[in-house]
Amino acid sequence: MSTPLLSAKNLRAFYGPTQILYDLNFDMHAGGITTLLGANGAGKTTTLRALSAMVKTSGEIRFDGKLISNKETADIVRLGVAHVPEGRGTFVRQTVEENLQLGGITQPAGQISADVERVFAYFPRLKERFRQQAGTLSGGEQQMLAIGRALMLRPKVMLLDEPSFGLAPLIVQEMFEILRTLNQKEKVSMFLVEQNASLALELADHAYLLETGRVVMSGPAKQLSADENIRRAYLGY
Amino acid sequence: MEQVVQQIIGGLATGAIYACIALSIVMIYQAIDHLNFAQGEMAMFSTYIAWQLMQWGTPYWGAFFITIAISFVLGYAIERTVFKPVHNAPVLSHIVIFIALFAIINSMAGFIWEFTIKPFPTPFGTKPVLGEGLLSAHGAGMIGVTGIMLGLLYLFFRYTRVGLAMRAASANPDSARLVGIRVGFMNALGWGMAAAIGAVAGMMIAPVVFLEPNMMVTILLYGFAGAVVGGLTSPGGAVFGGFAVGVIENLASFVPHFGAEMKLSIALALIILVLTLKPSGLFGRRIVSRV
Repeated sequence: MSTPLLSAKNLRAFYGPTQILYDLNFDMHAGGITTLLGANGAGKTTTLRALSAMVKTSGEIRFDGKLISNKETADIVRLGVAHVPEGRGTFVRQTVEENLQLGGITQPAGQISADVERVFAYFPRLKERFRQQAGTLSGGEQQMLAIGRALMLRPKVMLLDEPSFGLAPLIVQEMFEILRTLNQKEKVSMFLVEQNASLALELADHAYLLETGRVVMSGPAKQLSADENIRRAYLGY
Repeated sequence: MEQVVQQIIGGLATGAIYACIALSIVMIYQAIDHLNFAQGEMAMFSTYIAWQLMQWGTPYWGAFFITIAISFVLGYAIERTVFKPVHNAPVLSHIVIFIALFAIINSMAGFIWEFTIKPFPTPFGTKPVLGEGLLSAHGAGMIGVTGIMLGLLYLFFRYTRVGLAMRAASANPDSARLVGIRVGFMNALGWGMAAAIGAVAGMMIAPVVFLEPNMMVTILLYGFAGAVVGGLTSPGGAVFGGFAVGVIENLASFVPHFGAEMKLSIALALIILVLTLKPSGLFGRRIVSRV
């Protein structure tokens, strides 16, 4: 097998003296969608935060073969890792336009307007809201903006933290359709943290199950969704 | 009536001083979310640098721009050396450092240049421009310089990518990092710019109050008042607040048995009034967001 796009080896993460992640190991291959499942407090968000150096970690994280666990957040982002954080992390005081420009702030100025158009093609709603302050958008629109902003980076991988959170079921369906298209058309790999396990397993090709900071199960998404225990605990049927 | 107009114009001239300082206070507040008590001392020190350059024979405008450049570098350096290490420390640590900086810069200026009062030249002259005793050329120049600075800042923040990145870094540092902005570097840039604006303020003020290490102490208070009145999140508001404080203070001197002695109290009363009635200031933004 080729070298993984993103991999963690003995990854541990801490908030102050409290250890959250215990020796996580995972690999994710270019072009794929990997999902991380688990109950509240299992360490899903922390795993994403560890990948983009927003918590204290030990162990090894490699991206594209390069060691990134010793780098700062901004420098990891510049390699093409777009983290769409929990709660979306929109710049609420800035307009939709400025949010998108910020997404591409590390990119050459010349490509910005074309990239904005590309985002509009996926999220036409954002075009209608172009000059509006991001804080006044609805939850669904803000999530679109967050993903659009991440696209502006021309990322190799997107780290998505609960994109379905707080959204109406219909919007969630739409959102996941767009994610699938992005993965196929734009060749963006995705690392997806999701509470809605059935949706996540449907979208992903590979899954890891996290319990209290440890990987307890991993495998192809199909295999996990067929597993009796997972079905009972996370899919609810 | 004529007297009122006179007082208002006079107030605008002093207000320009407060506006300059308020502007630099807001710049740092935007970058680090704290009020910098050493802001005035930094401006005073910069003014001494300009004075020294002129003593060595540099012409006024040469000294003016060199001083701005040096101040920018010094402000940048202060952030990188003093504040970067305590970046995650509680507010109180920052305040203690501000006070320490205040004392250090103040004594350093006294140590290098002595505490005697020095005259400082004005590039605009002192002739009255609007009739006798109304507005001097220097006063008009000060208002003009403040306006130009505000205009440049507006253009910078509104239309440049660095300006946008700086706004993002101060509004939401975590998200800023996630789009690849180096937040620490942006903070240092903010400090550099604030120091440069302070330097301009100092050089504009010095011809009026004379150059000495304590020249900025009361002015800083008025500057704070201006910044609070206008809103700590709004550079334009801070400038408006600065002018407003200048005018209000001048008009108050009409009130018999009250005016002149109570000038400083008026600035403080304004701070309290605004904080009670409209904590975000007249032009400050309250953050509205939907979840």
